[in-house]
Amino acid sequence: MRVRLPRREAVLLILLAVEMAAMQSLSPLFLTADNLIEVVRQSAEIGLIALAMTLVIITAGIDLSVGSVVGLSIMVMGMLWEDAGLPIAVSALLALLAGTLCGVFNGALITAVGIPPLIVTLATMAGFRGIALGMSQARSIRNFPEGFLWLGQGYVLGIPVQVWVLAVCALLFHIALTRTAWGRSVFSIGANEPAARLSGIAVNRLKRQVYALSGFMSALSAVVYAAHVSVAKPDAGLGFELTAITAVVLGGTAVSGGEGGVLGTLIALLMVGFLRSGLTLARVPSEAQDMMVGLLLILVVAIDRWSRKEKG
Amino acid sequence: MTSERISSPRPTAWRQYGREMSVGVFLLLLLAYFGTTPGFLQASNLRDILINAAPLTIAACGMSMVIIAGMIDISAGSVLAVCAVVAGLTAKSGAPLALIVLLPMLAGAAIGAVNGWLVAYLRIPAIIVTLGMMSVLRGGIIWYTRGEWIGNLPPSFSAVGRGEVGGIPVPVLLAMGVVLLTALLLARTPLGRHIYAVGGNPVAAGRMGISVRRVLWLVFVLHGALLGLSALVYASRFSVIQSNAGAGFELLAISAVVVGGVNIFGGQGTVWGSAVGALLLQVISTGLIFRRVSEYWAPSVQGALVLLAVVADALRTRRLGR
Repeated sequence: MRVRLPRREAVLLILLAVEMAAMQSLSPLFLTADNLIEVVRQSAEIGLIALAMTLVIITAGIDLSVGSVVGLSIMVMGMLWEDAGLPIAVSALLALLAGTLCGVFNGALITAVGIPPLIVTLATMAGFRGIALGMSQARSIRNFPEGFLWLGQGYVLGIPVQVWVLAVCALLFHIALTRTAWGRSVFSIGANEPAARLSGIAVNRLKRQVYALSGFMSALSAVVYAAHVSVAKPDAGLGFELTAITAVVLGGTAVSGGEGGVLGTLIALLMVGFLRSGLTLARVPSEAQDMMVGLLLILVVAIDRWSRKEKG
Repeated sequence: MTSERISSPRPTAWRQYGREMSVGVFLLLLLAYFGTTPGFLQASNLRDILINAAPLTIAACGMSMVIIAGMIDISAGSVLAVCAVVAGLTAKSGAPLALIVLLPMLAGAAIGAVNGWLVAYLRIPAIIVTLGMMSVLRGGIIWYTRGEWIGNLPPSFSAVGRGEVGGIPVPVLLAMGVVLLTALLLARTPLGRHIYAVGGNPVAAGRMGISVRRVLWLVFVLHGALLGLSALVYASRFSVIQSNAGAGFELLAISAVVVGGVNIFGGQGTVWGSAVGALLLQVISTGLIFRRVSEYWAPSVQGALVLLAVVADALRTRRLGR
């Protein structure tokens, strides 16, 4: 298994290069530094979620509520700032707390009562979105202070701030997953949960941590997103779960758990981002892009299954 | 609890349909609760509730089979949109009623066949297949219609959604027919028993000589056809069809099924429960409007209801020691 992973990522990198060449032939504007940086910037918010989603899926779980957690925490931040008059930094920190609590709630239901993650997060996907809409009565909050907007619009050394945030998080996730006992436990839960339990791993505690982390990363994504688009709306993050899961699965993390990594997720995230950017430059409407991303997801998993079947 | 189970060899009605009955009791309590609001228990309002619940009830029957077979379908809302557009375009082309009914069902069955093939024969998890299919279909239908609504529907089209036979609205008749037929299919036919077997334990079902793949594929095809019928009933009540029709419908259908007592791990449950679940969701949605609760809270109420049902089921299962 360990040997397989780098090869999978190499294949993804080659695919990425082919894709970029194809996009370049569609539009000469594609391979410009500005456009490439813009694509990475656009991918950063979903990337933050996809990192945590990688861990969730490695434990053989799923989190469909991430998009709604984005909506909920973005409104928590906006309303604390505008209605309660708290400083934006405090509001943002409390939004991170709110998102983490959402994740803790998911994790508690999954581990304490033993309901499948799919059903729990499908229900909380509706539940959290309803709270975001209900408490804000579907209004938007604007006029965030300049200093806050830097988080989503500023640059450090010519690179957008949120790309730095994504890079640091990705590094931390990669190290935690591949170089620590905690990461090995995450893999072992997904590979064989009863065996992991028998070997003394606190499976339920670890799962709760992973779902809490997913909530936290969704809230972090919400804060960055608000700074990026300068507005907090309760429908923020709608459909993020699809793109995040697509990136994770495309990146070689097995939905049955126990296999995968954040490097593949990042490469796949860029693949989806470049695909959309290239198609946009080629004036393909965004609905048709949604269609192609969905097709891409099904196709890649189908090819993966097929090749495994051929091998026996 | 265990000793009690052993001491009663013949299943009583309560033991067999206890879960469905408890949802029914909950439904009555809700009716009594919302009934205190003037106008809620009027015959015309109750009739509206039944009509509005019809598309969901029909879809919940198909979704019950999917979940009993141990699968899931989160593309149902997008399938509904595609089938609604197919129904609308067929009606506009002046085709006879039979085609208006048949084509959306065929379209749904065709999509179900693709989903089912990917799930059953390529063994891709249903969540991935239907997640991908959700964006393929939704993107495709908005692209195709350019986001425009389909209007100028002929009067023959609304005959389905607004018509009556013997004083009973056609949507209600169709919903009752579908519930009855799927209940018979599940309880009285070999295919029905195979669906329970596959959902309960696919490996054991395979060893018993059941073609697990064929059963799963058929379930998705049937579910798709029912979604087509549901789309027709849904679309023909309005004078226009929107390309964002059915957004969030998949969660409604899954909610109805889970609230109705179908086991989310597969292998257990009945469409009777799902039908009561669909009715329950519609009563809550109408009741909240009567109580002037902001519609924005509705998804939360729905999510909480699903969690309540699954937590109750999980605790009950644990208490029974299974």
